Amino acid sequence: MIKIKRIFTYVFLSIASLISIFPFLWMLVSMTNSSVDVTKGRLLPGTHFIENLKELFATVDLIPAFVNSTIIAFVTTFLTLLIASLAGYGFEMHRSRGKDFVFNLLLLSLMIPFAAIMIPLYRFFGNITSVFPAIGIDTLSAAILPTVTTAFFIFFFRQNTKMFPKELIEAGRIDGLSELGIFFRIYVPTMKTTYAAAAIIAFMNSWNNYLWPLVILQSPEKKTIPLLISNLGAGYAPDYGVIMTAIVIATLPTAIVFFFMQKHFVAGMMGSVKG
Amino acid sequence: MGHLLKKNTIGWFFILISVLAIGLFYFYPMIQALLLSFQSGMGANLQYVGLDNYVRLWNDPSFMAALGNTCIYLIVQVPIMIMLALVFSVLLNDTTLKFKGLFRTAIFLPCVTSLVAYSVIFKYLFGVDGLVNYFLVKLGWMTEAINWLADPLWAKVIIILAITWRWTGYNMIFYLSALQNVDRTIYEAARIDGASNLQQFFHITVPMLKPIILFTSITSTIGTLQIFDEVMNITNGGPGNATLSISQYIYFLSFKYTPDFGYAATVSYVIVVLIVVLSIIQFRVAGDRND
Repeated sequence: MIKIKRIFTYVFLSIASLISIFPFLWMLVSMTNSSVDVTKGRLLPGTHFIENLKELFATVDLIPAFVNSTIIAFVTTFLTLLIASLAGYGFEMHRSRGKDFVFNLLLLSLMIPFAAIMIPLYRFFGNITSVFPAIGIDTLSAAILPTVTTAFFIFFFRQNTKMFPKELIEAGRIDGLSELGIFFRIYVPTMKTTYAAAAIIAFMNSWNNYLWPLVILQSPEKKTIPLLISNLGAGYAPDYGVIMTAIVIATLPTAIVFFFMQKHFVAGMMGSVKG
Repeated sequence: MGHLLKKNTIGWFFILISVLAIGLFYFYPMIQALLLSFQSGMGANLQYVGLDNYVRLWNDPSFMAALGNTCIYLIVQVPIMIMLALVFSVLLNDTTLKFKGLFRTAIFLPCVTSLVAYSVIFKYLFGVDGLVNYFLVKLGWMTEAINWLADPLWAKVIIILAITWRWTGYNMIFYLSALQNVDRTIYEAARIDGASNLQQFFHITVPMLKPIILFTSITSTIGTLQIFDEVMNITNGGPGNATLSISQYIYFLSFKYTPDFGYAATVSYVIVVLIVVLSIIQFRVAGDRND
């Protein structure tokens, strides 16, 4: 009886794992096959990879999109970490009733759906375009700015700061460091793993973001990878091999980040719920 | 006193950028959206029209379709996903199970893909000449290919399948980590008392994980209510309006149809109200069981 149950568990988990992995395997295999072979259900690697790659570079501007996505993701990650960790530190280390109230208010913003603020944000960036063209509509700055401060990361840093040894701060004060000096010289190096976890999640979110870039970035040379992928699939006679190649290239950065930093990624998710 | 005052001021300095940014990029637009919802007009030419937009909601078949679809996604998808994630985590929490790491990584893997990338893959998997049709016909389970995404019911099913594929492993990780903190002797005691696996699941595991289940239910609810990337890239809302979501309808109202920012803002407030109401209900339900 126990044995049957055990076998059932293995079969169930194997099927679930297979379903989870299958789209990945399919896209990897399809990247090396011609469009016809993909529709014929070929599940073995082929010899079309170089042709698909050439065709992809001939039809779309992959490199600029890749560069745009990279710039946006790196700047967003850097600013998110800086702003959120300053705030998390400030809320936890300098507690007062007023700040607790402000903190709860900031948490409320997690309930605000992006769709609800999308149009006012678009109009806001539209209005400032004539005054500050550098951060107006159709600029990478506009794609970055509204995404760098989320209550999630402030909450995350505050939760993780609870474990931070406060004696280190006193030691820093005695050594004559300024409050900002304490933050950058003592807090930041000590919290490396927290920063790593937050960086992975921020990078993935930014790299994969779709709706806001779709709204704010309009000219073709400003497109990001998700916008490009989305457009590739919109044609009437799609070349499956080529599209799969593009999707693999688009997924590669986050997949690499995930594989090398799996532990930090999971730690980051958990950091958001632990009490 | 002077020192205390200084410390407090510096504390405010640390949180200043966040407060300003969240005020500017979340709360100010929320108020703007509320004001917009009482205005109507084409593009930038807006006039106050009172409650007209809210009245228009009731007579707008596209809105009703979007609202209905989004609610279907929510009602069907969130419970299935939460249940499935719980089952996976309980199975994977068994210390005697082999290949645990492998299963866990495999089931978790989908959440590294971008929503757009996996949506496009799902679109082709379930296309008329897609892989699913090819194998179902080849295996003789179907006589001819089904145009899954052109069928109002199947298209919804595919969307639900897609979200479940993407997010189940994500939720599983939360339960798995929480289960590792549960004292195993409780299960041993239950087993000695003759509790079946199913009884252990509903009387020990579920109550223990309640806070995490509440957390994942609320985040999943908020996420599903805002669903956009999948419908946009798998079905583009079709066939007809059969898979149109509220977020997508807002996008269409603002950037695809003749732009009516006022009415789009009105529609967006429906999501706000839904999120607030459902979150309160979820807190209440979880709170009641607590007593």
